[in-house]
Amino acid sequence: MLHRDTVISDIAVHKPKVMAGIFAAAFVIFTLMGLKDTIFGALMAPVIGDPAEAGFSGNAATGLVLAILLTVNIVLIAFLPLRYQIGIVWLQLLLLFLTFFYSFDLKLSFIQTKIWFMITQGLFTTLYISAISIALASGLAIIGAVAKLSSNGFAFAIASFYTSFFRGIPLLMQIYLIYLGLPQLGFVIDAVPAGILALTLCYGAYMTEIFRAGIQSIDKGQWEASRSIGFGFGLTMRRIILPQSMPLIIPPTGNQFIAMLKDSSLVSVIGVWELMFLARTLGNKDFRHMEMLITAAMIYWMLTVCLELIQSRIERHYKSPQH
Amino acid sequence: MTKTVIEMVGVNKWYGDFQALNNINLKVEEGDRIVICGPSGSGKSTLIRTLNYLEAHQEGRITVDGTDLHPRMKNVTQVRTNTGMVFQQFNLFPHMTVLENLMAGPIWVRKLPKAEARAQAMTYLDRVRIPEQADKYPGQLSGGQQQRVAIARSLCMNPKVMLFDEPTSALDPEMVSEVLDTMIGLARDGMTMICVTHEMGFAKAVADRVIFMDQGEIVEENAPKPFFDAPQNSRTKTFLGQILQH
Ligand SMILES: Nc1ncnc2c1ncn2[C@@H]1O[C@H](COP(=O)(O)OP(=O)(O)O)[C@@H](O)[C@H]1O
Ligand SMILES: [Mg+2]
Repeated sequence: MLHRDTVISDIAVHKPKVMAGIFAAAFVIFTLMGLKDTIFGALMAPVIGDPAEAGFSGNAATGLVLAILLTVNIVLIAFLPLRYQIGIVWLQLLLLFLTFFYSFDLKLSFIQTKIWFMITQGLFTTLYISAISIALASGLAIIGAVAKLSSNGFAFAIASFYTSFFRGIPLLMQIYLIYLGLPQLGFVIDAVPAGILALTLCYGAYMTEIFRAGIQSIDKGQWEASRSIGFGFGLTMRRIILPQSMPLIIPPTGNQFIAMLKDSSLVSVIGVWELMFLARTLGNKDFRHMEMLITAAMIYWMLTVCLELIQSRIERHYKSPQH
Repeated sequence: MTKTVIEMVGVNKWYGDFQALNNINLKVEEGDRIVICGPSGSGKSTLIRTLNYLEAHQEGRITVDGTDLHPRMKNVTQVRTNTGMVFQQFNLFPHMTVLENLMAGPIWVRKLPKAEARAQAMTYLDRVRIPEQADKYPGQLSGGQQQRVAIARSLCMNPKVMLFDEPTSALDPEMVSEVLDTMIGLARDGMTMICVTHEMGFAKAVADRVIFMDQGEIVEENAPKPFFDAPQNSRTKTFLGQILQH
């Protein structure tokens, strides 16, 4: 939360000027969008007649009605308590999205026949590739962070070269380099391990920086106190520094995990049957691409929502005792 | 027969070009209670921190309980567990409960069984008179309580000498005495201690010797009574004049 002042200001959207502004802007935008030929125009048929025949006035009338609805909606929502505001706005945006998808004329029965396979094969593969990669990347990140903070020239040079290289090259290219390049050196590698390796190396590089910042944020007094009771480097790191860095490391790491979940779609280019691969291929035969893409998109999104919930739980856990 | 716990001979230390310690000679015998005072920036913290090798000196010789301190020594852990350090800012581990703070060293460094470490921790918590706070986190305690926990944490390692670096300077005035009382108790029990502090009441009550430092040097060293009643050096006089005005 932003640190709130105790003075309560008036609700912005209840000021006549703001209300009028919202209404005017909505009216202009909706009118210019020319909505008479959409589902909204069809609903307006009793007023504007056959949408195909109606001219600019049809657009304007549709725009006017929508602008009124939007403005009233916003004004009403502003009366509600915070929790209800959040819920209702979410619901409305979701409905808007569904209308958008609905306009693609999707064939639900086709989705039904494929979705089970998408989940058992695609979602499962996406999940385990991402989970293994993020775990390995975290390990790599700890090593990288310690190396970057150390006074050992070799360690620092290798770690900074590593982060520079893997943050500096597109992930897609890393996947190709590993999958096609390693066999040139005599290491034949399967698509799944190649994908995991590429994701691990790439995200390990980003997370090195996250861990480094987390470690550096700990007060030097903690190191000194730890040393003064006889802890060596390993104990100090494991028992004192890393546990305290966790609240700082976890939010951005959760963020990275969510990003990786979707970046794992890039390994579809080397033929791993994860979500994205199935989304692109399952609809081919029946020319039903949109159905599969949207289904996959929804699955990615729901997964992300789950991760966001888990992340906020973990954050709360690390926040609880001392602060 | 008393035993020498700490010996500093001709110690010099620089931070870059700046000389923080200048030809320090100091001998601490078992049971000695030494108070160090001096203006801010005079090198008191630096001196006390070289004794458990949180800071390295460049010239001269420091021995702690017979061990010579140098950058390549192998038994630094032994030196650090033999010297209990109490910091101005407490430096408790905020993610551990009070009890866990006290048990950390004994369990992971001394390899004591958990039950034994817990029993010992409770003994020392009793001694600093806050056994009821054992399961709280440091952030839930007052400054005075935190500092007493920090003292107990050091005691749990059974140190041969306790080092205090301005242990009451970060405390609200009403909490100073509870920490000083704890330290006086330790002194009565015969603990060897070196204490950087400006609490002159404490110095008069327990110190065998008071050392005045200025600009990295030990300027004057004497028993408390002559030190306060008849300081010899003009810098000591000025300093005492300043702190005793209030
Ligand atoms: N890490 C450091 N780097 C550079 N100078 C330092 C460092 N630590 C202390 N000093 C300097 O050394 C002098 C002595 O510091 P310190 O021992 O902390 O003094 P005191 O504890 O008596 O106030 C001060 O002038 C301080 O600025
Ligand atoms: Mg100091």
